[in-house]
Amino acid sequence: MKNHLKGLAFAGLTGAASLFSSAAMAVEIEYWQYFFDARVAAMEQLIEGFQAENPDITVKMTHFPYADYRTKVAAAIPAGEGPDVVQLFYGWLNDYKEAQLIQPLPADSFPASDIDANFFPMVQAMREGDNYWALPTAVRSLALFYNERLFDEAGIDSPPANLNDLVETAKKLTKLDGAGNITQVGITAGMNAQDHHWFREVLVRQMGGDPYKDDYKTVNYNTEAGQKALDFYVGLAKEHKVTAFGFMDEPQAAFKAGRAGMHIDGSFRIGSLNKTRGLKWSVAELPAGPDGTQSNYSSYWVNAITTKAEGEKYDASVKFMQYITSDDAMQIWLDVVGELPAKPSVGLTEANANDDVFGPFIKGLAYANTTKFVNESAQRQALMDMVSRMDIEGQSAADAIAIAAEEEQKILDDYHSK
Amino acid sequence: MSLYRNLTIRQKQIVWAWAFLALPVLFYGVIRFYPTGTAFVISFQNWNLLGSRTWAGLDNYVELWNDPVFWKVFRNTFAYLLIGTPVSLVLSFIIAYHLDKLRFMHGFLRMLYFLPFMTSAVAMAWVWRWFYQGVPIGLFNNVLAGFGIPQIEFLNSTTNALPAVLAPAIWAGLGFQVIIFMAGLRAIPTSYYEAAKIDGVGWGTVLTQITLPLLKPTMIFIVVFSSIGFLRIFDHVFNMTTNNPGGPLNATKPLVLMIYDTAFNGFNMGYAAAQTVVLFTILLVVSLIQLRLLRSE
Repeated sequence: MKNHLKGLAFAGLTGAASLFSSAAMAVEIEYWQYFFDARVAAMEQLIEGFQAENPDITVKMTHFPYADYRTKVAAAIPAGEGPDVVQLFYGWLNDYKEAQLIQPLPADSFPASDIDANFFPMVQAMREGDNYWALPTAVRSLALFYNERLFDEAGIDSPPANLNDLVETAKKLTKLDGAGNITQVGITAGMNAQDHHWFREVLVRQMGGDPYKDDYKTVNYNTEAGQKALDFYVGLAKEHKVTAFGFMDEPQAAFKAGRAGMHIDGSFRIGSLNKTRGLKWSVAELPAGPDGTQSNYSSYWVNAITTKAEGEKYDASVKFMQYITSDDAMQIWLDVVGELPAKPSVGLTEANANDDVFGPFIKGLAYANTTKFVNESAQRQALMDMVSRMDIEGQSAADAIAIAAEEEQKILDDYHSK
Repeated sequence: MSLYRNLTIRQKQIVWAWAFLALPVLFYGVIRFYPTGTAFVISFQNWNLLGSRTWAGLDNYVELWNDPVFWKVFRNTFAYLLIGTPVSLVLSFIIAYHLDKLRFMHGFLRMLYFLPFMTSAVAMAWVWRWFYQGVPIGLFNNVLAGFGIPQIEFLNSTTNALPAVLAPAIWAGLGFQVIIFMAGLRAIPTSYYEAAKIDGVGWGTVLTQITLPLLKPTMIFIVVFSSIGFLRIFDHVFNMTTNNPGGPLNATKPLVLMIYDTAFNGFNMGYAAAQTVVLFTILLVVSLIQLRLLRSE
């Protein structure tokens, strides 16, 4: 089946490629991404496939540490060096667009209506008018990881389906020592990890709220729904005592060590959990809200064509972009990196959607939202401080969320007013 | 060549002096002063690393003045200085004073004190970070829990976190200061002590009238050195609080961490440069005051 699919995609692409390849001269384009073993391996595989189809184009990949991203790209492109196609975090797109480092994808090769129809809906954040500025190969979403051994030990047969079940299940999984100190948490908690996404895009919506207004320019969680969401979240530690903030330093560490029954995390965690010896884990969709609302958070890295690419390099870059956003490429990315396909046509195939591990993440994509961050770490900090004020200083949920909303609004305003 | 030959010896000396100085001058000019100057310029601009720079006038400084986080961070920075410097000075003197009198396993003990100074600050910070955790992984809290004493929140606390982060930083610098103090102690001529012994002066008088006054240059060196270190504290704080950098609630955030965060998470280079200029000014003033004290000798 897979081979058949690959063959089809291959044939389709070569067909498309032959239409463009009027100037059959050797062109070299550069592709830049940050260094992460699996991503580099997957991209090497894709480049090989692309070059086999387009013998007149060679793609040179450059990768470097994540921390150097901005400085390198920003210095290189205006100097006429650097990448023709570059990988960016979706949250950075605006900055790159405004600095004129990237150009929109041509509407004839990437018709906006087709992309709207073929990709998961959160990708539409990359659209402006009739053009898309960038497209992802793969996306990430959240799911509930759970420790099968601890579930068996506590006699729980299925992961929680809704938030009430979540609390009850977590209670059964929590262990205390003689002095009442928690030695095993029912569910991990920490806004520093993925919980701030869970809070923003999932809990607030499940309590009947809408975390942002005006295309993510206005904070809207300082509402009754937001307070309920916060009360629920902090209540896990304070009221139900099924978790402790900062337990074992990091949520994922507690889960890896088998000291946490449940853990909410992204699909990118799969790889490192697979490498953890002796841990038997499984994945489920995020629990639904009180009225059955399901929500999820999705983020992604996109590929874009830089303003450096001109003439035949531009044409070659367009072809390369088409190749790396094809169904075939997405399947390779899923198999090699473990990141989810950005199109339902690949993601929701029988095999992928029912996969024990990827399935819950892929199903989550159908109802996922993508926060348009302007400064993710600062916006995360606002929520971390919100929980700290309640946890350490005993502030009420109403006050804590009001301050957080104000802080985050200031970050958004500062950015958008520039 | 004849030009050189016609120079006087004095002039030739100057030529050679400058020839040798050229390298450090070039180095300082290009690697130190040019970026420093640029930082001053950027502090009056807005720049996100990607687009073009635009002039902002004094906006960044005004924003800094009105930023409550900055004042919190300012207080923290001085808390690190005002707790760290005296504590490390007293501790290192006590250790050096006694180590100096000790013959048994002297070299071994000195090595033990010096070892933390050679250890990577990152590794040390992470180990201490785990020491500070709660039950079941934290060393200190496991000991407390073993005796049935309630756990102490070391890092997840707005009051305990700063001293908890500072402790390993002091410990790490101790070895160096002990060595400097011991060198200072050895440099005091023994004839003073012999004279004191003949006069039959007590231990306390020897300490306050001979040892401490003669150690003053050593102490000022250590104070200047460790003050600059504590004002620039970063790696210990950053590594012990990566989950919530400078937290909780900015309780441990020093100025350098705020600069890093503004520059490389917020990409607000102008604002970060303004903070850098403030840090530069603080360092300059503190060092000048301390050097003035040194000169009064």
